[in-house]
Formats: sequence, structure tokens, C-alpha cells
Amino acid sequence: MDGVAQKAKIMDKEGIRRAVTRIAHEIIERNKGTDKLALIGIRKRGVPLALRLAGKIRDIEGKEVPVGILDITLYRDDLGTRAQQPLVLQTEVPFSVDGKTIVLVDDVMFTGRTIRAALDAIIDLGRPRLIQLAVLVDRGHRELPIRADYVGKNVPTSRREAVEVRLQETDGEEDVAIMKEKEPGAIL
Amino acid sequence: MKILIKGGRVVDPVAETEKNLDVAIEDGIIVEFGNNLKEDSAEVIDAVGMLVAPGLIDMHVHLREPGYEAKETIETGLKAAVRGGFTGVACMPNTKPVADNQTVISYIIDRTSGLGLARVWPIGAITRGSKGEELAEMADLKKAGAVAFSDDGQPVTGAGIMRRAMQYARMVGLTIIAHCEEPALVAGGSMHEGFMSTRLGLKGIPGAAEEVMVARDIILSELTGCPLHIAHVSTAGSVRLVKEARARGLKVTAEATPHHFTLTDQAVEGYSTSTKVNPPLRGEEDVAAVRQGLADGTIDVIATDHAPHTPEEKEVEYDRAPFGMVGLETAVGLVWSELVESGILTPARAVAKMTINPARILGIEKGIIQPGAVADITVIDPAREEVVNPNEFASKGRNTPFAGRKIKGLPVLTMVGGKIVFSRL
Amino acid sequence: MYSQEIMQRGEGPIVLKRRQSLLIGTVGEGSVMGLRKKDLLGLEHVETDEISLILDTAASMKEIIGRQIKKVPTLRGKTVVNVFYEPSTRTRTSFELAAKYLSADSVNISASTSSVVKGESLKDTSATIAALGADVVVLRHPMAGAPGLVANTVKAAVINAGDGAHEHPTQALLDMFTVRERKGGLEDLKVAIVGDILHSRVARSDIWGFTKMGARVSVCGPSTMLPPGLEKMGANVLENMEDALLGADVIIMLRIQLERQQQGLFPSVREYARLFGLNREKLALARPGALVMHPGPMNRGVEISPEVADGTHSVINEQVTNGLAVRMALLYLLAGGGTQ
Repeated sequence: MDGVAQKAKIMDKEGIRRAVTRIAHEIIERNKGTDKLALIGIRKRGVPLALRLAGKIRDIEGKEVPVGILDITLYRDDLGTRAQQPLVLQTEVPFSVDGKTIVLVDDVMFTGRTIRAALDAIIDLGRPRLIQLAVLVDRGHRELPIRADYVGKNVPTSRREAVEVRLQETDGEEDVAIMKEKEPGAIL
Repeated sequence: MKILIKGGRVVDPVAETEKNLDVAIEDGIIVEFGNNLKEDSAEVIDAVGMLVAPGLIDMHVHLREPGYEAKETIETGLKAAVRGGFTGVACMPNTKPVADNQTVISYIIDRTSGLGLARVWPIGAITRGSKGEELAEMADLKKAGAVAFSDDGQPVTGAGIMRRAMQYARMVGLTIIAHCEEPALVAGGSMHEGFMSTRLGLKGIPGAAEEVMVARDIILSELTGCPLHIAHVSTAGSVRLVKEARARGLKVTAEATPHHFTLTDQAVEGYSTSTKVNPPLRGEEDVAAVRQGLADGTIDVIATDHAPHTPEEKEVEYDRAPFGMVGLETAVGLVWSELVESGILTPARAVAKMTINPARILGIEKGIIQPGAVADITVIDPAREEVVNPNEFASKGRNTPFAGRKIKGLPVLTMVGGKIVFSRL
Repeated sequence: MYSQEIMQRGEGPIVLKRRQSLLIGTVGEGSVMGLRKKDLLGLEHVETDEISLILDTAASMKEIIGRQIKKVPTLRGKTVVNVFYEPSTRTRTSFELAAKYLSADSVNISASTSSVVKGESLKDTSATIAALGADVVVLRHPMAGAPGLVANTVKAAVINAGDGAHEHPTQALLDMFTVRERKGGLEDLKVAIVGDILHSRVARSDIWGFTKMGARVSVCGPSTMLPPGLEKMGANVLENMEDALLGADVIIMLRIQLERQQQGLFPSVREYARLFGLNREKLALARPGALVMHPGPMNRGVEISPEVADGTHSVINEQVTNGLAVRMALLYLLAGGGTQ
């Protein structure tokens, strides 16, 4: 991030690992197992998190949980107010969502608009029995009546700050930090 | 009424000379050439650094009246002429009705007199309605004032009728001006056939469409002995055909337009309909050949083919737009910028192609500058520049591909019969 | 490809393979990239990164076409006006569905129903469309350059759906998309375009598009239908079909308008079919696995034999589906924005 100073590291590699492990346990516990359970990661950092959760669940329960990838670009509510359109990537949900318990996975929860778009996107794919939400970091400042079912860490922030999650798979590093200035247009 | 044009350089296209001379004019006649002529009570025009030429003649103009007054009227057309440095124009007969009878010719002459602008020499039609079927009454047309015959805008398709027309025109004693175009090869085309037409997906008009007819008409001119003038030569092949005919001593002359020696078919990029003209803007080799033809004298005349259209007619799909562009008000600037500045023509030879040469072809006693001659004079400032702005045109037509182009060498004063009809000195 | 791996595994667990990190690691949520111009008038003036963006976006759009509910809310409140001065069920329907799948409102104006027949100028028709509040105008017109005239008149984005013999950029994009999907890329592929090149806007757009993307394009047809200057567009020009087909990876057959015979452009349908029709014997000259394409509608038995049109090499029906995806991508990329 150009010209933006890092403020404070709030999670390290171990912290992230522990949070993911805990959330995996919570998902199994809340849903009383893995029956009809599926994970859907929101591009881009929700995807590796969903895959890690699926791995943990396999370790704990010995069961495979299907994982899908959601690109919410076509469901954004700010299309048409921007000079250029954001890049559309593919949605890859290779299983039917009908009757399933879907756990949506994302890295940071902020205004709630990304989750709103993701909910619409999932509902266009079919009719799940239940949708839950897991996030690594909840930084507050909600603009919609949406809350997460599983939270890795609650982090109080100011609106002008940005929370950056870096994961090995996407960034080659592994931590969560608060940045002073918000990266323009970075967070929906 | 005395006028003294002082300090200018007089260009004599007949002698092909340039001399620093003052020119004294009295009662519409050039009375004296000399150095440091006395001013007396004369109105003095300071022409230092400027060229003083015989009044320019454009032998290929569409004035549109009668019938198409929305495009141009005789009055607006002549205002454009004098603004462009022309003291006289020959107007083409494709009006409505066609100038194929005495009445239309007389009407045009009547409408001109009293305007106090440029002179007009009407050209009569070759065939009735320019339909290429029956001969027009050529002798009557001449009697009414026609100076040549042409079905310009329409080729005379049939070789038989063209042969008869030439035989008859020879008897009448006037030149046939041929618009050379083989319709079967034009076949609905709207630009030059070549890489550009392929790229733009527009139907092409091959150079051969013109050359086939140039060849035919030269052959018919030889057969009939009729003087033939090839209008708006646009291809290398046409230049070559004219050159060969001339070498054989035939009575063949030719003209080229400023757009054909300036622009290539590249200009059509973007589909601007102001570039749509007939014959079309050609390829680079053609433009080079036309310039060479002007330089070596194969092409005798520079004429504009001034063809105004309304914006409504031109602001349409390229295929649907009418052919033609205006030219009167950009011609001198283009001749100077493109031909004189680059050394292709000397000022005297450039002036000859717009004065004495067209005058001889049309058989009119014009195009000379000497004591005793009627004072039709054009003053050109070779250093003056402008950026072409169609909104400043006196013509009703704004259809020029030269908008925004910088041209250098402009007419600054136009005098007809000793009267200043235009000045931007 | 990663996506195909997942798809093939159906409901089962997925194991991410090597391509995964590349896919989700290089481009991310919120990445912004767009086309440089407000309109798509042709491929001649579109750059390779823009073509890649359109094709990539189309790949994402294709997933939506495969869904049971083929609709995303992306272009809610946007209006797409399809103005067709030539009949074209295929292209018009494709644009119409593309708009609908993206939740845009779409209106069709065809020459027979509009004021066109009353002699209204294209400029005035454009002004009317603009006043109606169109965000995108899709224009099919028999005269080259007409979309540019409209684009200069309206603020809306104009998509050329075919203008005279000039360009048909969406057809070329869907051709490229189809080839890229089947062959994994376009670079160094040998593409043969056969037929009436003179009148073909598809050929022109394909020449620009494929050569920009690194393919080698040959055009082939009767000498009467090969306009001058094709070499300068980057194509190899051939009059013998066998030469064009030899080693080809892609064969694009063009429709021959039968009335060209009356115009003296070829002597007979029989001779045309013999010299320039694609049959199984000629197809054997191409590379194994060569793709046979046709922009449709086909003259079966003239430029293409039925066995080839319906054979294993033919991807003609895929082209139709891909056309939808490409047009969705273009509507998405061009209909957005506006306020800046």
C-alpha cells in the first residue's frame, strides 16, 4: 500500500491459525456436525479462509465439506456510480445450495454491503436451508442490519482506518494489521 | 475614380514573370505600370510584399441556382468566390432545371448582373437534362452566353452520343468538359478503392472507373477534332493518358482540384462526409502523379469543383451523403501551401493555372494583367496564414475537409472591373 | 484449469491444485479495469489488454448462463436500446437476452417499425434514443460507419452490432472466446477465414482481433471477393482453399449471399461450393482437432457440407452461447460508470 503507514499488527500467523481452528469447532458445534454443510468463500480472501476451515473440519470430524467460491462483483450496489467497472471474476459453486446450510466466509466485515451482495448472489443460485456468516475480523461500522455468526476477532477501528488481512495463499504473508488511511475503493 | 496598387510584385502568367511594379487603375481599366507612380488623388493600396495577379478564374463551380438555393445561391456563391480571390467563375449546368436551354443560361446571367461581385460564365449542358440521350441546343446555348459544354456530375455514358456531341460542339466552336466516370465500375462506390476502402468497409471506386472514360473521350476527341477538357483529374492513369494525348498533339486539356492534390483517401478515416467527393480522394501515388502533372504542365488548370451541400444532407451515413465539397474559399491557400511553398509551381505558373489557362480553354478574354486590360485583379499575400474555419465562409456550404487546417498564402484583395469587391488588407 | 477441476468434482470435496493460487492471487476483489473508449465501434482500435478483459469477463458471464436462474441484478435501472436497421434475429436476440440476464431493460427498434421508413435521419433517431435515456445503444446498420455517427451524437455507449462491410466486433469477440476456450489460447494459432471477404464485416473484425491476439490469419475466397489491401490488415491472402486449410487450427466459414451470383461475383453456386465449400475431404487438410466455425445463418451444402456443420469439429452452436456471454460482458463493461 503506497504511502500508507502501518499502524498496528493485531493478529499474527498463530493468532489467525487459532481463530480459524476455533471457528471450525464452533461451526461443527452450532450445526451439530457437518450434515448438509457447505462453505462458500467470498473472493478473494474469503476463499483461502473457507478452504482452511474445510481442512480443519476434516481434521476434527473426518468429513469433507464442499467449498465454493463466490464473486460478488455483479451484485455490488455501487455499479453505475463509478467511472470504471470492477473486474468480474468467476463464481464457482460446484454443488447445489438447495436445502444446505451455507457458511459464508470472508476476511473482514465492515459496512455489511459485501455480505448483502453475497446473500443475493447465493439466493440466485438456489434456496439454502440456512445461511451463516464467518469472518476473520469484524471491525464495526455496519450500514446494514447484518451480523456475523462466527468472528475471529472483534477490532474497534475508526472509519478512516483500513484493516488489512494478509494470507499466505494470496499475499505470501500471514497477519492482520490496521492501516491509518483507508485504501480508496478497497472495501465495499 | 483612380486606384493605385503600390509596391506589389506583379505576376504576369503569360510572360511567366514577376516584377515590382505599381499598378494604376482608372475607370475600371489598368492604365499604367511603373515604379513610384504618382499618387495624385488616387486611392492607394499598399501592396508591399504582396503579389498582384490577374483576377483568378475558377472554371469549375456549382452555384446551385436555380433549383438548389438551400445549398447555395448565385449571390452567396459569388461572395464566396470573391472572398477566395476569384474575379470570375464558370458554373456547371446541373441546376434544376438543368442549364440545357437558353432560358436558364439567361437567368443565370441576369441574376449575376447588378450583384457587383464576381463575373459568371455559364457552362451549358451537353445533353438535354444531362440525361445522356439527346443533344442540347448547343448553338443556342452559346448564343445565350454559354462558354463550354458539360454534363458534369453525370458522365455521358454512351460513346455514340458523346461522339455526336463532340462533333457538334466542334462546329459550334466550344470545348467539351468531360466528367469522366464509368458507371459500371463506380457501381455504388463512395470512396477510392484500395486499402482504406477495405478497412472502412466502404464500397470502392477504382481509378479505372475514371481512366476508362478519359481514354474513351480522348479517342473521341481525336476522332471528332473537338477540344476536350478533362474535369477533376484524380488518378495517375488519367494524368498519363492526358500526357500521351498532348504528346500526340491532341486538343486535350485537364484540370485538377486542390483536394485532389492535397488529400489522400486516408482522410476518409472517421467517415467524415466532408471527405466524400467525386471523383474520390485517391491514393498516395495518384496525388503524387497529379502534383507531377501540375508541375510538368500536363494539367493546365486548377479548379475547385466547389460543390456546396446543406449540413442536413451531409450529416448522414457516409454511403448516403451526397458527393462534393466546397472549395472557393480555400483554393488559393491550398495552392500556395501545397504547390508554391513546396516549389512544385512558381507563383507565375500557379497563377497561370487559375487565370490565362482557363480563360483560353473557355475562349474568354481574361487572365491577363497589362495596361489597357480591364482591371480584374487579385492581390495575394504569400505570408498571410489562417486556420480554415468554415463558419467564416461566405458560401452557404460548410462541407470542407480542410476545417482546422493551417493554410498560408491568402487572397487579400479582389478587384472586379476596377471595383474592390473584397478586401482583408 | 482450476475451475474445470472443481466443476468435474461435482458435490465432492475439492482439493486445490497448482492453478488455485494464481487465480485468486493475481487479481482480486475490487480490482478496477475498463475499456478505454465509451463505445465499441470495431476491433481495429481496441487494444489487446482490452480484448483480454472482455474475454475474461465473458468467461465469468458464461457461468451465469449455466445457472437455473439466469439473472443477476447488475444492470438494474439501465436501459439498452437495440436499434436494428437490418433484420437479424440472431444478433438481436443475443443482445436482448444478454441485457435481460443482467437485469437491464431492453427495447428493440427495428427499421420496419420505427420512423426510419418515414425518412427520419439517423442523427435525429439517435437524438430521440438519447432523449429516451438509453445507457447503451446497440446498432446494426447496413452502412459502414453509421455507429460512429450515432456515437458522436449520443452520450450513451454505442455497441456496433454490424455496420455494412466494416466491422462486427461482437462476432469476432465470440469467435475468439470460443477458440480460446477450446484451445486454451490464441497465440500462434493458424486461422483460415473462407468466403466472401469483400462484403464481410465478420472477416474484417476477425482479422483485426485474431492478429492482435497473436494468431496467424489467412483469408481465402474467389478473386472477385478479395478486396485490395487485406495484406496491410495483417492477413495472408489466398485464392486456393486447400492452401488456406493446410495445417489450420481454426476454420471460419463465411456465409455466401446467393444474390452475389447475379452481381457477377461468381459464376454458379455449384462451382462456388466446389472451390470454396468446406467438406470432409478438405477438412482433413486442417490440423487434427481443428475447429469449424460459422457466424450463421449457414447455407448448408454451399459453403459448408451438412456433415461438417454437424460434425465433431463444429463449434457452431457453442458460438451462439458464447455470443451471449461476450455481449453480457460488453454490456457490463460499457453500461457502468456514467457519472464520472
